[in-house]
Amino acid sequence: MVTFVHYLLSALGATSQGFAWAILAIGVYVSFRILDFPDMTSEGSFALGGSVSAFCIAGFGINPILCLLISTLAGMAAGAVTGFLHTKLRIPPILAGILTMIALYSVNLSIMGKSNTPLLAQKTILSMAKSLFPSGAELGISDNLLQIMITMGLGIIFTVLVILLLYWFLGTEIGCAIRATGNNEAMVRAQGANTDAMKIIGLMVGNGLIALSGGLVAQTQGYADVSMGVGAIVIGLASIVIGEVIFRRVLSFASRLISIVVGSIIYRIIIASVLFMGFNSNNLKLLTAVMVAAALSIPVFKKDKVRIEKEAE
Amino acid sequence: MLDIGELYKTFNAYTINEKKVLKGLNLTLNESDFVTVIGGNGAGKSTMLNMIAGVHYPDSGNIRLDGIDITRMPEYKRASYLGRVFQDPMMGTAAGMEIEENLALAYRRGKRRSFGWGITKAEKELYVEQLKKLDLGLENRLTTKVGLLSGGQRQALTLLMSALKNPKLLLLDEHTAALDPKTAQKVLELTEKIVKENSLTALMITHNMKHAIQYGNRLIMMHEGKIIYDISGEEKKHLHVKDLLDKFESVSGSEFANDRMLLS
Repeated sequence: MVTFVHYLLSALGATSQGFAWAILAIGVYVSFRILDFPDMTSEGSFALGGSVSAFCIAGFGINPILCLLISTLAGMAAGAVTGFLHTKLRIPPILAGILTMIALYSVNLSIMGKSNTPLLAQKTILSMAKSLFPSGAELGISDNLLQIMITMGLGIIFTVLVILLLYWFLGTEIGCAIRATGNNEAMVRAQGANTDAMKIIGLMVGNGLIALSGGLVAQTQGYADVSMGVGAIVIGLASIVIGEVIFRRVLSFASRLISIVVGSIIYRIIIASVLFMGFNSNNLKLLTAVMVAAALSIPVFKKDKVRIEKEAE
Repeated sequence: MLDIGELYKTFNAYTINEKKVLKGLNLTLNESDFVTVIGGNGAGKSTMLNMIAGVHYPDSGNIRLDGIDITRMPEYKRASYLGRVFQDPMMGTAAGMEIEENLALAYRRGKRRSFGWGITKAEKELYVEQLKKLDLGLENRLTTKVGLLSGGQRQALTLLMSALKNPKLLLLDEHTAALDPKTAQKVLELTEKIVKENSLTALMITHNMKHAIQYGNRLIMMHEGKIIYDISGEEKKHLHVKDLLDKFESVSGSEFANDRMLLS
């Protein structure tokens, strides 16, 4: 019984993390799926978001919400660099992203001045939100549970905001042109839109969201680490494909975004569950990679079935 | 209205694969000309169209459209003057987007894209009206993803999109070559209808000599990067496929032996 309660608590904690990480997955979705750009910048821009938030908070005591905004802007700048490398200097997409990602490692180190910045004693968005509520003892719940609930609440607020903004943005003239660029560049140019500009804007939006997620994760977990972005792309992709596997018939864009959030939460719960069962945490990234590979290969094994379904549509 | 002067283009210059595609091409189109373009493989037909569209820039020479020099204008900028339909039916539309979204993209050609809505209610009525003209039932499928349409349907849609904003010039690059004969016929008829209704100036490349004679008011034949035959008006109407073959042989000194052209 006690273990079960412990498990529930860790699953709840995982869910609360899932929301903050969902924004990462949505950012990855923008560049990988909407823009059809395999953007490796993500790893660097996630850590950049964390580093910038940590720098603003620990270094200057800037308002944590403003710090998140600065993190987002920093991520957008990183996306613009990759976009510039690709569109103006004609460097292939993957390499352009890798170059920015590697460069960001040094940038992140010099921003923080060290590889890890603790934020536990600082005023973060989490401590700000906590101060709005009475202590756990007064509410009759454990402080741990209260913190999980507040983290979750913050995650939900930001995720909903991001989904609304992105939904609006992709419905605008520029947003439509970005989506079309991911579909068919030649057609977009023939219709008079500057595909280079669309790619750069798309990458800025994607990496801005990823950095926002990095900032949010750093502020809620209480530290920023220069290596926090390692595997970010695969984690984002895992959330996307889990969402796709679960909501297979989803057609509308809004529900696709929601499926990514659900995917992110399920991913976190899977990780929390295997850790709870005593899985060696060193092997987590291996597990994630296997999970993504398996989910991505489903169409190959279900080829005939998918074809039949497509024809039925 | 279109003036092409002394256009030269060489691909892979100074390499073993050097190919001089255009060698001093001159062409002038008049307002409302519907010109069909024929010529063997490698004659420079598509290259000429790509130069006009801005996919490639010429090595030298100039292109003027209604007095505007577009020789080195970026492709996306000059797109506001041009309507284009490609040979590959997949090329002209965005497969993952809805029919109305594709039309909305075309409707914004020549306009600076902003944060305004990508598609508005009033437009949708216009699209329904336009789609009815195609007579393919697409007006009831505004939110269908274009990827689910057949090649012929996609080509018809591309045609509609290219003419939606009344371009100064319509560029058709063998736009029926990838379709079956029946669909090709339908798309051609539609092309003629759209060109006439909007009194567009059009440049249509085709491999089918019968079509080249049947459609348009002017026909040009290209060979080795130059125009070797230019015929219009009454004279063109009385042209036969055999005349074209003879003409080609006499001018080029070689046989117009291309199975694709003879069999079609």
